[in-house]
Amino acid sequence: MTRRMPPIISVSHLSKTYGSGLKALNDVNLDIERGEIFALLGPNGAGKTTLISIICGIANPSAGTVSVDGHDNIKDYRAARSMIGLVPQELHTDAFESVWATVSYSRGLFGKPANPAYIEKILRDLSLWDRRDSRIMTLSGGMKRRVMIAKALSHEPQILFLDEPTAGVDVELRKGMWDVVRTLRDSGVTIILTTHYIEEAEEMADRIGVINKGEIILVERKAELIQKLGKKRMTLHLVEPIDVVPASLAEYRLELGENRDELIYNYDSKANHTGITGLLAALRDAGIRFHDLDTTQSSLEEIFVSLVRG
Amino acid sequence: MNWRAVRAIYLFEMARAWRTLLQSVVSPVLSTSLYFVVFGAAIGSRISEIDGVSYGTFIVPGLIMLSVLTQSISNASFGIYFPKFSGTIYELLSAPVSFFEAVLGYVGAAASKSIILGLIILATAGLFVPLHILHPFWMITFLVLTAVTFSLFGFIIGVWADNFEKLQVIPLLVVTPLTFLGGSFYSIDMLPPGWQTIALFNPVVYLISGFRWSFYEISDVSLGVSLALTLSFLALCMVTIWLIFRTGYRLKN
Ligand SMILES: Nc1ncnc2c1ncn2[C@@H]1O[C@H](COP(=O)(O)OP(=O)(O)OP(=O)(O)O)[C@@H](O)[C@H]1O
Ligand SMILES: [Mg+2]
Repeated sequence: MTRRMPPIISVSHLSKTYGSGLKALNDVNLDIERGEIFALLGPNGAGKTTLISIICGIANPSAGTVSVDGHDNIKDYRAARSMIGLVPQELHTDAFESVWATVSYSRGLFGKPANPAYIEKILRDLSLWDRRDSRIMTLSGGMKRRVMIAKALSHEPQILFLDEPTAGVDVELRKGMWDVVRTLRDSGVTIILTTHYIEEAEEMADRIGVINKGEIILVERKAELIQKLGKKRMTLHLVEPIDVVPASLAEYRLELGENRDELIYNYDSKANHTGITGLLAALRDAGIRFHDLDTTQSSLEEIFVSLVRG
Repeated sequence: MNWRAVRAIYLFEMARAWRTLLQSVVSPVLSTSLYFVVFGAAIGSRISEIDGVSYGTFIVPGLIMLSVLTQSISNASFGIYFPKFSGTIYELLSAPVSFFEAVLGYVGAAASKSIILGLIILATAGLFVPLHILHPFWMITFLVLTAVTFSLFGFIIGVWADNFEKLQVIPLLVVTPLTFLGGSFYSIDMLPPGWQTIALFNPVVYLISGFRWSFYEISDVSLGVSLALTLSFLALCMVTIWLIFRTGYRLKN
């Protein structure tokens, strides 16, 4: 028998109004499932960082509650915070301390006994081992970001927040970080990440949430999201080029490809009636023959843009 | 209690002092030595004894207090202000650390540093003038009380300040004048009568008086009054800290 585990994080009716009067979050409700990778998408200023800050205890909510594995994040903050590792969006690092010292400090701060072997493993996984004795200010931006990830992992959190972890990290290292994230997920860590790289969410996430103007406008499994909202595009490769689309096909609003040897049909894959059968029949009646066809699905990015605009 | 966190903060802050040895130890020792050369040797030789001790010897407790006071404030205020300024405070705020534990770590480290500094200055003074400490227990008590109280005070300033100017303004405009006028360099009864009354409103007078008494049994006010006032200021700082803790004032949005 499979029974759904209770969510590991449960955010309910969370609102935040900053001192300036700006309402950054408006009645946010969100459950994060145990062991998933959850990607939070949204344009600049949508409230992603604010939401993460409140869950982690950095900012106070104006209304609403957050529960972390059953612990209220304010009343029972020790239990709640002990479970969470946070990599904030901004690069906030010490300057004069060594990598080793700052990562060890983080572990102590979270009340964990010293464990040099574990710290060594993290630093090796994040390709920082060679720089362990360097002062942080002598590191590059991408290295500093990895130091912040190492700090967040130093106390063996069960939940990891990554607020734009790969901003400013080169392609190769980004792949390396994804591997680290996947390994963590496989070991049972729940991961919540924000990103502006849609392909990152598409590649990594199990579920995707979209936030805009302080409101969660959608939470969906990634596959379902792409399918549910996905517009598909079918391209027919013609045997012989045609000059114009015959009037009999007008209702399908076909586009003619550049070399006039392709016909492009846009349709909604989730609709009951996609119109494909009718189109193919109409083509045959018009005497247009094709030797191949392919379909492509719109990317998350297109979905995202249409959601936020809509 | 998250003792590991207290220890982590404490050691981190102590390591910072070690890195900035020049600023945290060498410069106060140097400036104190200069005071001895100028006031103790050059001018002091022209000043008659005060209450039976030579002028150079007389100013030792006041000079130690001067350094302990200013260093406690600057150490503790900078210790908590800097993470706010650099943004690294996020980690402290997201850690399972209570405000009390954070205060213990930061204030404990700042106070330790100034106590060590006070003892170093005392040893330095011993090179210039003959020293005798009649009540070592009270000497240490006043040293520790002052270091802790003003480290707390510094912590409050560090939490309150949201720019470097605010961080400097209280030490510069309030604390320095009060310490200089607090009887480091003279006995209160050397002042004209009107000023003597005004001086009694200066809390630093009581600190220095008590501290000097533990050395030479000479004081401007009685030991009990000194102790009571020092403890009151300590209590005041603790209440303020508690209020900050209650409201999360200026640490969280
Ligand atoms: N400390 C603050 N004081 C006042 N307003 C703030 C503060 N922090 C954020 N805001 C405002 O709250 C809103 C949400 O900001 P937030 O940083 O949560 O957005 P975000 O989704 O993380 O954006 P980005 O993608 O740019 O990181 C913005 O309008 C921002 O200006
Ligand atoms: Mg953000």
